[in-house]
Amino acid sequence: MNFFEWRLEDLHKELSERKLSVTELVKASLARIANTDEQIGAFLTLAEDEALKHAQTLDERLMNGGKRGLLFGLPIGLKDNIVTEGLLTTCASRMLENFVPVYDATVVQKLKQQDAVTIGKTNMDEFAMGSSSETSAFRPVRNPWNRDYVPGGSSGGSAASVAAGQVYFALGSDTGGSIRQPASYCGIVGLKPTYGLVSRHGLVAYASSFDQIGPLTKNVEDAAYVLQAIAGHDPMDSTSARIDIPDYSKALTGEVRGLKIGVPEQYMGEGVDSRVREKIQEALKVFEQLGAHVEEMSLAHTEYAVATYYLLSCSEASSNLARFDGVRYGVRADDADNLIDLYLESRSRGFGDEVKRRIMLGTYSLSSGYYDAYYAKAQKVRTLIRREFEEAFSRYDVLVTPTTPTPAFPIGSKINDPLTMYMNDICTIPANLAGIPAISVPCGLVDGLPVGLQIIGKAFDEMTVLRAAHAFEQNTDHHKLHPEL
Amino acid sequence: MSISIEEVEHVAQLARLKLSDEEKQMFAEQLSKILQYVNKLNELDTEGVEPMSRASHMENVLREDEVKPSLARELVMKNAPDEQDGFFRVPSVLD
Repeated sequence: MNFFEWRLEDLHKELSERKLSVTELVKASLARIANTDEQIGAFLTLAEDEALKHAQTLDERLMNGGKRGLLFGLPIGLKDNIVTEGLLTTCASRMLENFVPVYDATVVQKLKQQDAVTIGKTNMDEFAMGSSSETSAFRPVRNPWNRDYVPGGSSGGSAASVAAGQVYFALGSDTGGSIRQPASYCGIVGLKPTYGLVSRHGLVAYASSFDQIGPLTKNVEDAAYVLQAIAGHDPMDSTSARIDIPDYSKALTGEVRGLKIGVPEQYMGEGVDSRVREKIQEALKVFEQLGAHVEEMSLAHTEYAVATYYLLSCSEASSNLARFDGVRYGVRADDADNLIDLYLESRSRGFGDEVKRRIMLGTYSLSSGYYDAYYAKAQKVRTLIRREFEEAFSRYDVLVTPTTPTPAFPIGSKINDPLTMYMNDICTIPANLAGIPAISVPCGLVDGLPVGLQIIGKAFDEMTVLRAAHAFEQNTDHHKLHPEL
Repeated sequence: MSISIEEVEHVAQLARLKLSDEEKQMFAEQLSKILQYVNKLNELDTEGVEPMSRASHMENVLREDEVKPSLARELVMKNAPDEQDGFFRVPSVLD
């Protein structure tokens, strides 16, 4: 069984008619992982026994005609920076290789309430710092479309597991593109919600003013259902928004007549692979044929986004990761003579290169004498970037861009050149700076590797983003392609 | 813009990281390159622009000052590398 062949509606029907049991679904997921994950490396930890037990409970409820949640019986993957009670949560770091959380993240509680079944924890870049899932301390993830290529990152395991048909959907986290970029590279759908729409309680913090949890799914419809399950105010997250959550399935109308689409020229220019640009132009023609108005426009501050993002996200990271000190949890160096040594030794052994690099950059930009020139300057530029988006959304309903300037790159090709790796996030970072929602949907293949179309919307307007993405998807066949494994 | 080995050592000390000589060399080179790139922000005039410190549009989040349950002590201590009598145990602060 490959989950790509199943729509949520069909699964629910089969389950309610008892033609299928949750146990069968979970076993199919575990079997698919057993057959494919040696090649892919999408999972770090499997919760086999727990998942089968959960499936049994749900099957019993099915027999008794009990209530069924929105995501009843669906086998899912969770990025390994989302804490799960009693289930190892490592952030793909040596620092947390033995860390077993004592509570569930709010999103995990919400998925449980909707009866989704957690199959395991997915591989990622260490502490979500990376764009290729190569900085995992345990093993790299490989792209299901071509095992010599990266799946993207940092939610590379989540994206690869969905693309490989191992789970029905997965959750990831997106700080500068970490849901959308791997979704793009793996030919699936990835949604970064508006900052504050989904609770961050229980997400191990990388950069708190950017991080958002969101779904990685086979299609836009599933993304709407998963978002429905996880969105909403949470008193445990003080940045969580108090807004009424709409019925996202109502966005799936296929109707985009009159929709005003802006295409920022800075996302289509130099540095973007010409074959990627062609795919985006073909996609824009689809929107025009459906009656949308497409117009080229300008977001002049785009070229400053990467610099702004790395200064701010690394500064926040250097502060957030100060908690890993070998005292309360995580790796501890046993041979330290005094407390300072304990900090130094534990942190140096627990963290990998990319994490150290970002902590160093962040500490530098926050340090005395440099704060105004780097951190405060970047905060001001962030204001300019946000204003520019606000201004754009007074004229357009959504903005359409490539998700990434190129398709996936070969494993090992950028890992020793941090700056080149960072530039890969140029199209996704601006939405995190502005805190606005964006989705990546498949829009074709280049050299057998998937290309993603990004649709950016205004704050809390996931409805329009989903509507545009769904209309595009329903009028193209790109999402029906999947890798052979 | 280039960062010296001494600056790398100073920042590493602030960040409580102990780096090998190889790492110091690598970070000096890489951070210099990254800082050179981010200096690009100086092309922009940000005089009078408010810094954006958070992504949410909200004001203060307040609640009634009531005692609410939190994690039990034995749960909090579960991942402690070393503990004694319900406290985290660490080596001596002073030599």
